[in-house]
Amino acid sequence: MAGYVLRRLFLIVLVLVAVSLLVFTITSILPASVAHLILGPFAPPEQVKALELKLGLNDPILVQYWRWATRFMMGDFGESMLMNRPVAPLLAEAVQRSATLTISAFVLIALIGVSLGVIAALHHNRPLDHAVSVATYLGIAVPEFFWSIVVILVFAAYLGWLPASGYEPLSAGFSVWLKHLIAPTITLVFAHLAHVSRLTRSSMIEVLASPYVTAARAKGLPERAVVIRHALRNALLPTITVLALDIGRLMGGIVVIETVFAYPGLGRLLVFSIQQRDLPTLQAAILVVAAIYACANLCADLLYAWLNPKIRYGRTVA
Amino acid sequence: MPAQLKAGLAIVGAIVLLSLLAPWIAPHPWDTISIRTRFQPPSTTYWFGTDDYGRDVLSRLLMGGRLSLAMGIGATVISVLFGVPVGLIAGYVGGKVDEVLMRIADVLMAVPAIMLGLLVLAVTPPALWKTAVAVGFVYVPLIARVARSVTLGLANVEFVEAARARAESAAHILFREILPNAWPPLIVEASLRVTYAILLGSALSFLGLGAQPPSSDWGLMISEARAFIDRAPWIALAPGLAMCLLVIGINLIGDGLRERLDPRLKSQLARV
Repeated sequence: MAGYVLRRLFLIVLVLVAVSLLVFTITSILPASVAHLILGPFAPPEQVKALELKLGLNDPILVQYWRWATRFMMGDFGESMLMNRPVAPLLAEAVQRSATLTISAFVLIALIGVSLGVIAALHHNRPLDHAVSVATYLGIAVPEFFWSIVVILVFAAYLGWLPASGYEPLSAGFSVWLKHLIAPTITLVFAHLAHVSRLTRSSMIEVLASPYVTAARAKGLPERAVVIRHALRNALLPTITVLALDIGRLMGGIVVIETVFAYPGLGRLLVFSIQQRDLPTLQAAILVVAAIYACANLCADLLYAWLNPKIRYGRTVA
Repeated sequence: MPAQLKAGLAIVGAIVLLSLLAPWIAPHPWDTISIRTRFQPPSTTYWFGTDDYGRDVLSRLLMGGRLSLAMGIGATVISVLFGVPVGLIAGYVGGKVDEVLMRIADVLMAVPAIMLGLLVLAVTPPALWKTAVAVGFVYVPLIARVARSVTLGLANVEFVEAARARAESAAHILFREILPNAWPPLIVEASLRVTYAILLGSALSFLGLGAQPPSSDWGLMISEARAFIDRAPWIALAPGLAMCLLVIGINLIGDGLRERLDPRLKSQLARV
């Protein structure tokens, strides 16, 4: 197991190197000169040349890459070209805000998804089951950006309960901070609920039909105890791996959601740095995303491997 | 035919037909600006209302449907054209070639699809065909993986060994022996891929990296309608609901096809 984990971690490092090379290559074929972007379209050519020289933009691409990579390894992420700030604190702030958003969405997805799955399984093939299926199906069938607009329409424009977009730091007051967090969180949750609830439902249905649940019922245990202590515990195992994969999916989701809600997190920083061709910010941000994404996938695989024998064990005992 | 497949085909068929016929059946010109008819709510003249330029939303929806469908299908065709040969070769040749191709696929899949799409599109000024190319590129490794796993399953079947014994060329074996038998799972994968392609492409369009005004696919329509969501919600709701219908329809087709092509799955699908 340890060998496997080490090999996978090594692969992740390789993948990150490859991703950074990919970003570097793509941005190096950009038509616009970075120096031009910084100095504006009307800058005299001499100034542009001087800045290009200073930034080392005329060096061969591999030399530029090597310079960036060695600094990056030392923890120097460079300076954002457009915001005149070092990338590291910029990124740290964005990651922190995105983490608040994704973690609260993740917790809600886990709680609501599992509950809906259990409810659907207990009402297998009855109206409530179908209602849950349709509702969660709608969640994935419609793009996130459409949901975000619906959320804005209902909660901001129609009910007026929440601000339509933006972000306020915690220092502005807890309720203000929370209000700005709710709308994007709801959208993320709704768009990602279906995987968890559908999987919980199908494995609950399977487990509820198994002999050990019948045995527990035959012992005269109350239905609550049968469902929660006996059935759910075993049914949750596959759900947990899907939850780990959802962390990766949420990383993709925040790109659109943060842009729509003008929430200044990692996703929005990324879109901004791509649009503005801010290479140092883009490089660092995409590496953070790729690292989280890869680690989430690794966690999913490890959990699966770790939980699988337990599932088999549970079945043979029953 | 499974009921899901029928329902899916009916929904998607209707949307495709309406989009194809858009220039002839659209009740109003899709791009004529008229200040006097701005923000008309849905009525008998304008079934889905008008937008901020006074353009008929229904007509724009129909024309936008063409673009969204073309983008999704185009992207899928691109990913199949490149992904299937790569997967066939990786699965059939194996060894180092397989290892290298699959590691490249790993790298491309190590970044969320939408970010990879954004990166690819950052290189050039936006246009919808470029979005299709970018989305197609993003999905090449996924299609390649499916093609590879199908090929692995077929590489040692009797008829392939017979072809090898006849000393047929590798190209003949790949494209004449293996590919015809690998189609069913690939078609299911591709049909579902169209949905994801439309969703991803419209998200990129929504972020401004797809269709350019005044022409508009559904993603851009929703994006442009954002500013008027409180006074004229119908502008955003029409393309949103259309997309919802299309995606559900395609998913139904995918489920139905899977059930039909692989009867063993039937019992499992019934459970999920």
